[in-house]
Amino acid sequence: MAMATVHTTAHAPARWQDYVQLLKPRVMSLVVFTGLTGMICAGRAIHPVLAGVAILCIAVGAGASASLNMWYDADIDAKMRRTRNRPVPAGRVQGADALTLGVVLSIFSVMLMGMALNWLAAGLLAFTIGFYAVVYTIWLKRWTAQNIVIGGLAGALPPVIGWAAAAGATPFNAWLLCAIIFMWTPPHFWALSLYTSEDYEKAGVPMMPVVAGAASTRRQILIYSALFAPLCLVPAATGLGGPVYLAVAALGGLVFLLLAIRLARSHAGEARGQRNDDASPGGLYDVRAGARDARNLFAFSILYLTLLFATLLGEHLMGVAPLNLVSWGIPR
Amino acid sequence: MSDPARETEVELKARRGRNIALALGLVIFVVLIFVVTLVRLRGNVIQPPL
Repeated sequence: MAMATVHTTAHAPARWQDYVQLLKPRVMSLVVFTGLTGMICAGRAIHPVLAGVAILCIAVGAGASASLNMWYDADIDAKMRRTRNRPVPAGRVQGADALTLGVVLSIFSVMLMGMALNWLAAGLLAFTIGFYAVVYTIWLKRWTAQNIVIGGLAGALPPVIGWAAAAGATPFNAWLLCAIIFMWTPPHFWALSLYTSEDYEKAGVPMMPVVAGAASTRRQILIYSALFAPLCLVPAATGLGGPVYLAVAALGGLVFLLLAIRLARSHAGEARGQRNDDASPGGLYDVRAGARDARNLFAFSILYLTLLFATLLGEHLMGVAPLNLVSWGIPR
Repeated sequence: MSDPARETEVELKARRGRNIALALGLVIFVVLIFVVTLVRLRGNVIQPPL
């Protein structure tokens, strides 16, 4: 099994900000947002302090799994432009320190969630951390091109954890939110990997464009998009989303599909060197003409998912009555 | 681990920053446990479910 062994030279001493960077704060903010949406959509009265603790536990749990990921993946992070300045490969933080931080924060977040909220939410949080750190990072990522498809479950679970924290149960609609993020993950990451595949290739990570080629990846993005767009409409039929949600999901889904079709017809991912300098803050978006269709879908996917969850959050906070186009007797 | 007697100004500053961050984290955790205990007690003991 591959293992993180990185040779580092003398560097500046670790600052507290380096430990914050180990927690991937930007990813954490997305996880907090989707977890909060699940908690609000549960529609149960919950003490504001306990709600805050639940969100904190979800955030810390996400940070813990990020730290474990950075410990294990330091060797491949060192080979990729996007990740080589992370604290462990850059030599500012020892791998053992990242491992310790990840384990300690995992234990604290799960125990606190269990004691303050309920053990269903704590169990789901523990499963999510374990799935990301062990199943995705240690097993799937270096082994199969389906790594981000299966591993995407870890990123899709926070709304279910939030729902469980508030309601003590995980009904159909909670898993529907999970399914939406799960189906969103492949088009999102594969669009990005179409113009970052050289990095993955160099690091030996079997991302889809590296293993199956750009054309196959573009085709698979289109298939997942064709499944994802209609799935986003389902909450309007199950008593979760209201009329605004339906409009946002339908219009956004249409744009998502059109961008996926344009990408499928393009030659994105076939030429090498499709990125400009990624040292700048907008590095992931700064691409050459050949990769623009992939970049556009990647950027829109973030916007679309944010809009979907923000709309659900807004509707539930403002008390907009959800639609229930199909009466299936689904427990909410 | 570097010898504290030989640490440079930059290393000392970084260590001080880490120590303060750790102390703050521990204080926040203790306060959080205290507040959660109060909230849970209020819900379950002071106002027991009917």
